[in-house]
Amino acid sequence: MQTGKLSVWSKWFLSLGFFFLYAPILILVIFSFNKSELVTVWAGFSFKWYGELFRDPQMLGAAWISLKIAFLAASAAVVLGTMASIVMVRMGAFKGKVAFTSMITAPLVMPEVITGLSLLLLFVAMGQSLGWPGQRGMLTIWIAHVTFCTAFVAVVITSRLQELDESIEEAAQDLGAPPWKVFFLVTLPIIAPALMSGWLLAFTLSLDDLVIASFVSGPGATTLPMQVFSSVRMGISPQINALATIIVGLASIAVLLAWWFARRTQIKSVNISG
Amino acid sequence: MSKLGARCVIAVPYIWLVMFFLVPFIIVFKISFSEMQYAIPPYTDLVTWADEVLTIKLNLGTYAYLINDDLYFRAYMSSARIAFIATVCALLIGYPIAYAIARADTATRNALLMLVMLPSWTSFLIRIYAWVGILKNNGLINNGLMGIGIIDEPIAMLNTEFAVYLGIVYAYLPFMVLPIYTNLVKLDNSLLEASADLGCSPWKTFLTITLPLSKAGIIAGCMLVFIPSVGEFVIPEMLGGAETLMIGKVLWQEFFNNRDWPVASAVAIVMLLLLLVPITFFHRYQARELGS
Repeated sequence: MQTGKLSVWSKWFLSLGFFFLYAPILILVIFSFNKSELVTVWAGFSFKWYGELFRDPQMLGAAWISLKIAFLAASAAVVLGTMASIVMVRMGAFKGKVAFTSMITAPLVMPEVITGLSLLLLFVAMGQSLGWPGQRGMLTIWIAHVTFCTAFVAVVITSRLQELDESIEEAAQDLGAPPWKVFFLVTLPIIAPALMSGWLLAFTLSLDDLVIASFVSGPGATTLPMQVFSSVRMGISPQINALATIIVGLASIAVLLAWWFARRTQIKSVNISG
Repeated sequence: MSKLGARCVIAVPYIWLVMFFLVPFIIVFKISFSEMQYAIPPYTDLVTWADEVLTIKLNLGTYAYLINDDLYFRAYMSSARIAFIATVCALLIGYPIAYAIARADTATRNALLMLVMLPSWTSFLIRIYAWVGILKNNGLINNGLMGIGIIDEPIAMLNTEFAVYLGIVYAYLPFMVLPIYTNLVKLDNSLLEASADLGCSPWKTFLTITLPLSKAGIIAGCMLVFIPSVGEFVIPEMLGGAETLMIGKVLWQEFFNNRDWPVASAVAIVMLLLLLVPITFFHRYQARELGS
């Protein structure tokens, strides 16, 4: 598509679009520093809601559980998602490939209530007949998150693998490298940025999930979104604004860093080729 | 790749998906035919073996109940309607944004794309919660309008269907913009030049060339918004109030409040059947994108 200066119309649409996307977030951030209990009336600057947030043991406990699950789920999803991508891109037709691609793409759009319910019923049925998992909690949430995150990771890695020049891998193979060596020494370093963004995507998806975790969780495993949801249901609380500000801040830093790294590698490759 | 190694690479994700994606649906299907009982688990077995008699008991009552109680029919219809209207709104807002980004130069383009995606990296729940403070009766909009004196009484915005549309468009907008952008950016410029050279107005060029060629992106974007919105729970729960009927909320209530697992399962199965057409549509598009 033709690129160049943006027309007046384009600028208008972009400004309105970004205003719509960012105004609500900005309002949350501003009111997190509000002294008043009321979330919509400004009464002066204060850090007191941050103090309350960090003194809330339930919130901190839930955040810790969520971070642990997200870390473990993202790591497993990257491994499974990479395997799935290789199956889809590098391996020719095999029996059941259509079923395989369907199972990979379906979780992308599956309504969360259905995924959550179906996984819970599986865990209950397994508990009844196999005696495992005896109790639902972090492990069951982890399994559920790995399952739906794998789909997203597979999409990210697949698109990178498709761009990859197969001749490099073939060259390594022709020079006598066994397949596993080709993968670990040639393919993996090239697709590493895609693995990283896949991991980050899975991590945020897992950290963010309320519905599926609510279904498959058990006593003793309350994740951060579950904790936030129950406190929001009680009514609006400025503490949630403080939490929102922290999350927005961390996400912005992560995205900016990723962007900066991507730019640096881009500039580097331009320098090398030029 | 060696045969055994290749088999292993296929087998691990395959077994995982069959175990945790396919089998659960079969169990949901099975439980939708059982009866509720006050026990653990709260449903009856379909197949029993007692006194050398094998009994298979299929309870169709749950489905009959779904048909007879018009709550469910209304919930399905209103979910489909809300998701459809919200998808159209998201398309009308998302397309111009995607178009504008695709026309920018490469450096601006990446920055703009990053800005579109950034909100989705923050918590979904918290972004929906942000709208509660804006829309409620003593929220920012009403306070502002009453402060200037345009209105005397607050306009009811929270707990209306309007708030649900707003929430869906807000939360799912990046999923509309991204596939359309990916499609538009690949568009061959010479086609547009040819059309302009042959005397077409920019508007006509857009309608006859750009729009048809970005069809795949539009379909993908619409499916990515429509399908999850139909079963959406958080948005109608937080913004829609008691009057907004959506099937995701009904399923949640059947399961958590009424503890009626068979009804919840049947609701899920019917929802899945209704979504089968759009999901297949989406899958075909994805298979083409992902495929060899």
